Amino acid sequence: MSSLPTIAAPPPSLAVRLGASPAQVVALAAIALFLLAFLIIPIVRVIVVAFTGPDGFTLVHFGDFFATGLLREAFWNSIYVGVMTVVVASLIAVPLATILSRFRFRGAALIHTLGVVPLVMPPFVGAVAMQLIYGRNGAINLLLLDWFGFRIPFMDGLNGVIFVEALHYFPFILLNLSASLANIDSAMEESAQNLGAHGFTLFSRIVFPLALPGYVAGAALVFVKVFDDLATPLLLNVTNMLAPQAYLKITSVGITDPMGYVISVIMIICSLGGMALAGLALKGRDFATQQRGGGGLARRSLGPAGNAIAAVFVVLVLLLVLSPHIGIFLLSIATVWSFAVLPDGYTLAHYATIFREAAPLISNTVLYCGLAGLIDVILGGMLAYLVLRTRLPGRRLVEQVAMSAVAVPGLVLGIGLLRTYYDVKLPFTGEPLATFWFMLVIAYAVRRLPYALSAATAALQQLHVSLEEAAENLGAGKLTTLNRIVVPLIVGGLLAGFVTSFATAAVELSATLLLVARAPDAPLAYGIYVYMQSAAGRGPGAALGVIAVVVVAVATYLAYRVAERERGLKARELL
Amino acid sequence: MARGVTIEHVSFGYGATPVLADITLDVARGEFFAFLGPSGSGKTTLLRLIAGFGTPSSGRIRIGERDITGLPPWSRNVGMVFQSYALWPHLTVAKNVAFGLERRRLARADVERKVKDALALVGLAAFADRRPAQLSGGQQQRVALARTLVIEPEVLLLDEPLSNLDAKLRVDMRAELRQLQRKLGITAIYVTHDQEEANAIADRIAVLDQGCIQQIGAPLELYDHPANRFVATFLGTANLIDGRIENGRFSAEGFALDGIAGAAGPACISIRPQDVAVGAAGTGVAATVTEREFLGGITRYRMRVGRQSLVVDVPHRRGSEPYAVGSQVGLVIDPRCVTVLR
Repeated sequence: MSSLPTIAAPPPSLAVRLGASPAQVVALAAIALFLLAFLIIPIVRVIVVAFTGPDGFTLVHFGDFFATGLLREAFWNSIYVGVMTVVVASLIAVPLATILSRFRFRGAALIHTLGVVPLVMPPFVGAVAMQLIYGRNGAINLLLLDWFGFRIPFMDGLNGVIFVEALHYFPFILLNLSASLANIDSAMEESAQNLGAHGFTLFSRIVFPLALPGYVAGAALVFVKVFDDLATPLLLNVTNMLAPQAYLKITSVGITDPMGYVISVIMIICSLGGMALAGLALKGRDFATQQRGGGGLARRSLGPAGNAIAAVFVVLVLLLVLSPHIGIFLLSIATVWSFAVLPDGYTLAHYATIFREAAPLISNTVLYCGLAGLIDVILGGMLAYLVLRTRLPGRRLVEQVAMSAVAVPGLVLGIGLLRTYYDVKLPFTGEPLATFWFMLVIAYAVRRLPYALSAATAALQQLHVSLEEAAENLGAGKLTTLNRIVVPLIVGGLLAGFVTSFATAAVELSATLLLVARAPDAPLAYGIYVYMQSAAGRGPGAALGVIAVVVVAVATYLAYRVAERERGLKARELL
Repeated sequence: MARGVTIEHVSFGYGATPVLADITLDVARGEFFAFLGPSGSGKTTLLRLIAGFGTPSSGRIRIGERDITGLPPWSRNVGMVFQSYALWPHLTVAKNVAFGLERRRLARADVERKVKDALALVGLAAFADRRPAQLSGGQQQRVALARTLVIEPEVLLLDEPLSNLDAKLRVDMRAELRQLQRKLGITAIYVTHDQEEANAIADRIAVLDQGCIQQIGAPLELYDHPANRFVATFLGTANLIDGRIENGRFSAEGFALDGIAGAAGPACISIRPQDVAVGAAGTGVAATVTEREFLGGITRYRMRVGRQSLVVDVPHRRGSEPYAVGSQVGLVIDPRCVTVLR
């Protein structure tokens, strides 16, 4: 008997066992470390402080929270405002999405514009202008009082917050619901018609259930955003909500006051709760992947009466949506605007003031947000690649942690970063790391990372792996393939991610308010907020706001153009 | 209750682009009819017009005696099986099947019984509570069929229903569909671009191209007596030769054939590859083998005759020696196998 000769296989190298090269392992570790240091530790710190008393673990602070009338009220107010904003935003967005995707309507371009216009202006910028237009003594109510002898309390207390937030955030529902409706295969509807359904039955039994996932996703996003917004209630003088309470506790009582942390924890729970509830509602309902074809529903004619009603509705919404923009512009060129339908006179003095005083604000914003965008694109691009193209253990976990930043309120992240890095002193200057300007960049980068990550993931998913394999087959190494094939093909997606990060960071205020220590370090959004605080500063604040809107609008337009161009290129490749 | 379908002078277009031009045809009661054509021929559009998805710019469509041209889709009582099946992912299989019955306001007990029967008919009684996503492609296809049949439509419309199935399942489902249609005695119209599928399943076929009907007939009739070049080449392979007919003789450059009836003047003839007999050089018309492909049951040759190139199929038997490329052979063509095209 002779045994077959055997050749001992070499033991698999570490790289083979991990399914990745050493460089990829290092990259994943670096991203994980970044998230650990600037997302997980700060948030854990906030949670730990909230549960720590003089003798270790305690629930006393939470007891105090619910025992305090003001905080209980703030809690319910925040929930109420979140829910009511979703309701009001739905009243605007659902009809628009329906008109857009189900009917032939000549003003469709107008609706598309409606979907973007509010997003280029942060709600707090418009809040003061909204007060002047819809407030108790604002333009609309003065006219109503004059003509009909009554007022409508659009802006009284919580109403104001709801009104401003709904006008600002309804596009999230509009965009998600429209996308959902557009994804329904027209055969889904036609088969129902073929079996005898039409009109309301068709809508309620087939179309609406199929579009529900998009609606719920949009509604959850609106709820979370509203819950997180600190500046709008502050500027409208509404302090009996959770975010303003947390901010006031930390800034007035001090960084050691546990109540700010308790409120933070409750905000995280509500934010996660909102998302979890949405997830639960959608369990097993992700229909998009189960439908072939797509192609959208057949659009039908509205008829003359329907067209007229739709046109009136769209124009009305357009006026509403544009009113903060118009208001802020009028305010920026107004001499005095108070107790009057329109400003008393017009001037360019506010812009002169801004150009004298505000240059550092603008350059700071460009620097901070540019850096944050760059960090996001690099981290997001790397992470997307590692997740989709390697089998590294833990890559999914890192991705999930990065994505979870969406649900972390900016205020809470700001508090966490402040608490964690206040005692870490910079060398030479001895300044706390927490208030060093670069911490703002990090806060922006962490919070916007999900956008860049999604953009990079989407771009990479469209890139078939065979394109890389073809390069490798022709002798290109991993790095060459990355440089010559992958990066050039996803650069459009990365650029879109950069611009989104930049534009949203430029108007972020929740974390900014906490982390800015010195005026020379302040970015644009902070400047607007400070100016808007005083009656005399409103004019210059509005002028700054107009500049911010223009910056964000240009950036958004560029991102849109890049995305469109990419789509055009992709389409040509397929032909 | 099955009924026939009458289409009279139907035209249709999207904007200025004509899609269908003056379509007229009759589908008899209980007939299995196929619309066959390449993509863009208008076959699916014509089927959708019968279902009510779109209104003809002119012409009438009748089901039995009833003119349905202007009726909305939900009032027509024609059942349609979609290419993508269009099963609603948010409803269970049973709910999908029950949908049409509920629209017809049947009593709950009747709905349940009919749903059960319909699912049993397609062999899916055990799957009533599943979601469509939990079924295989073939099972989804059956659910789509059950959902349509359960409303007892006057006409069953099938839009390339088998195109999403793999090859073997397609052949099985084809036979099953045919059996089901016979059993129920229903009128069926079937859209496909696959000539084999249409031949196997249909009593009669309408061949469409560029929005016009090219020919209507039974499968065998279309194959043996194609009306024009398009039908001759779309159904199977055909040698088309342009030439002239003069006194019962067809002649082209370097090629002539006697015994061809037809009006004198320019003409085009069609010869199927298997209708050409190959013999030793010296018999019939002299030809040279230029290419050879062994396809299993047959060997397909390309032969040069004068300046014409012909495709010739020779059945293969074990031991038979194929002709070498370059060798000289003689071809015999029976004039009865030649079709003179318009």
